[in-house]
Amino acid sequence: MFSEIKKSVLVSVWFMFLTFPIMVIKVNTIENTIIWRWENLVLIGVGSFFLSFLWRFMHNKKATKRRQDYKDALSKLFYDNLIENKKVFIPIVAALIIFILLFPKLFSTYQVTIMTTALIYVVLGLGLNVVVGFAGLLDLGYVAFYAVGAYTYALLNFSYDISFWIALPLAGILGALAGILLGFPVLRLRGDYLAIVTLGFGEIIRLVLENWGEFTHGPSGVAGIDRPNFGFDLSIVGSINAIYYFVFFFVLVTIFFTNRLQNSRIGRAWVALREDEIACQAMGVDKTKTKLSAFAFGATWAGFMGAVFAAKTTFINPASFTFLESAIILSIVVLGGMGSIPGVILGALILILLPEYLRAFSEYRMLIFGGSMVLMMVFRPQGLIKSKRRQYNLESMSKKELEERQNAASS
Amino acid sequence: MQPLLEINRLTMDFGGLRAVDNIDFNIYSKEIVALIGPNGAGKTTFFNCVTGMYKPTGGDIFVHMDDKNKKRVNGLKPNKVTELGLARTFQNIRLFKGMTVLENVMIGRHCRTHANIFSALMRNKRIVREEFESASYSYHILERVGLENFANEIAENLPYGAQRRLEIARALATEPKFLLLDEPAAGLNPQETDNLIDIIKMLRDEENISVLLIEHDMGMVMKISERITVMDYGKKIAEGLPGEIKENPEVIKAYLGEDIDA
Repeated sequence: MFSEIKKSVLVSVWFMFLTFPIMVIKVNTIENTIIWRWENLVLIGVGSFFLSFLWRFMHNKKATKRRQDYKDALSKLFYDNLIENKKVFIPIVAALIIFILLFPKLFSTYQVTIMTTALIYVVLGLGLNVVVGFAGLLDLGYVAFYAVGAYTYALLNFSYDISFWIALPLAGILGALAGILLGFPVLRLRGDYLAIVTLGFGEIIRLVLENWGEFTHGPSGVAGIDRPNFGFDLSIVGSINAIYYFVFFFVLVTIFFTNRLQNSRIGRAWVALREDEIACQAMGVDKTKTKLSAFAFGATWAGFMGAVFAAKTTFINPASFTFLESAIILSIVVLGGMGSIPGVILGALILILLPEYLRAFSEYRMLIFGGSMVLMMVFRPQGLIKSKRRQYNLESMSKKELEERQNAASS
Repeated sequence: MQPLLEINRLTMDFGGLRAVDNIDFNIYSKEIVALIGPNGAGKTTFFNCVTGMYKPTGGDIFVHMDDKNKKRVNGLKPNKVTELGLARTFQNIRLFKGMTVLENVMIGRHCRTHANIFSALMRNKRIVREEFESASYSYHILERVGLENFANEIAENLPYGAQRRLEIARALATEPKFLLLDEPAAGLNPQETDNLIDIIKMLRDEENISVLLIEHDMGMVMKISERITVMDYGKKIAEGLPGEIKENPEVIKAYLGEDIDA
């Protein structure tokens, strides 16, 4: 305890020293006098002392055993009850779905647009989660597939007047192909090296879009893209709502599919590849196929969402597909919890909605955003909701064996 | 008698270093063979060549499928080698740490199951059954090595000895004809080693698996193996029954150094 105080005192002295010139001395250049604002020194000293003390206290608490028990109990309360106890889980999900379905009735069109964007990012996050969270392939160029999807629909619609519903599957397929295209050269790469190559791939796609003027219309982009035709005439507001519902439907499909894959032969192979590539191959998993399928499956969702994005905004240009987008999608996955589907959904909603609703504090919002990310990574590096492995019902297996033995004995 | 695994003049060069030098090696059905030698003798390199981790620079490796068919293994990818029936464990345990014990073993079932990305999404009856069968098959393997109580634990949290056994269980899930164990007893206490010996013998007797093991624990090697091959500086310096190897002057020289007075 005493050494903690000593360290915090040192920190506060250091801060007082550092900020002394700007916080204490004020030179009045007109009267050539110096104003000494000693009260600032005291404030900074006290403030940094408390902050430092709090920081250390939290850190120590995190490290101790009691904290661990407390945390386990907390995660049991929240996670197990929320996700695993069906009595709690189903009503919550039902309430959430009803809320989302009623959303356009309750809120303004502006809110619906923001929510649609957030839901698009949920799908993108879930797609990247397959590549980064499951297969452990750090992909910094994910936005490239999003761009491929968006330009697929935009250009097909612009040049051939092809409808959204035909372009959508094409966008998904082209996204998957782009994923495989990226996958081939990086089969041998891992970790940092892979990240650099994927980063390069993302930039290549963006630069091609920007500079191949005759094909992509260059930096000025493609305008006047048709909104999807939902079979009946809609006003602009109606069409925005329809897209909102469509994206929500897509979110459900994505959750359903990624959840299925997670606990399948393919999903297990992805996770095994993340855990140990060499052992994975030695156990008979085809590395090439597994990696390419992860890239392709992840990229498909980005392709779909690209087409939806183009249809929603009716205008796209390469500026929408910068590295920053990839970074945000990656942050969604990391913040939410790598490999955790509910985590990624929560992460996407927080990361996209928070900056929007923090516009009230417009000057500070990016500061709050950045600060909360730093705190998250220090105190909960595994993400908001930690991914959990499936638990198998072992009794049924022993029981089956018993039956088989009886069958064998009787026959 | 025809060997099941036939290795002729296997050579592996790393630049100017010849790590494995013209090794001939045969393994017959239901046999436990030990490969011993001082550190750096090339034992693990030999393993890596056989299991496809390295591509040998010379020689041939054949797996005899039946009396007539034999398949050349050199240069096949590790997963293809595993499909042919050669499964291995690692010197430094390489489990899938974040996955459960049962899932670790289920990865071994990967090459014997068929679900692809689309059928896994559709999850029809066949896939549901395949999933259940692969889970229950894996569970039974866990029962054989005595890990069934840990089935839903995360692999990383297992005690060291259990992790070693889990590696063997995982290899067994691939339905191997040969099991290649790289120092399976390293770091185990005497009781755990005895337990391991029982497991290996059981596999040979009940599952008809031939076992090739690298081991430094001479007590275990002498107790378990029917034949011993000794390597030093990449060459095979002796081969024979445990009793013969114990007395072999070449082997003693390799392990203890030359006696200056002699």
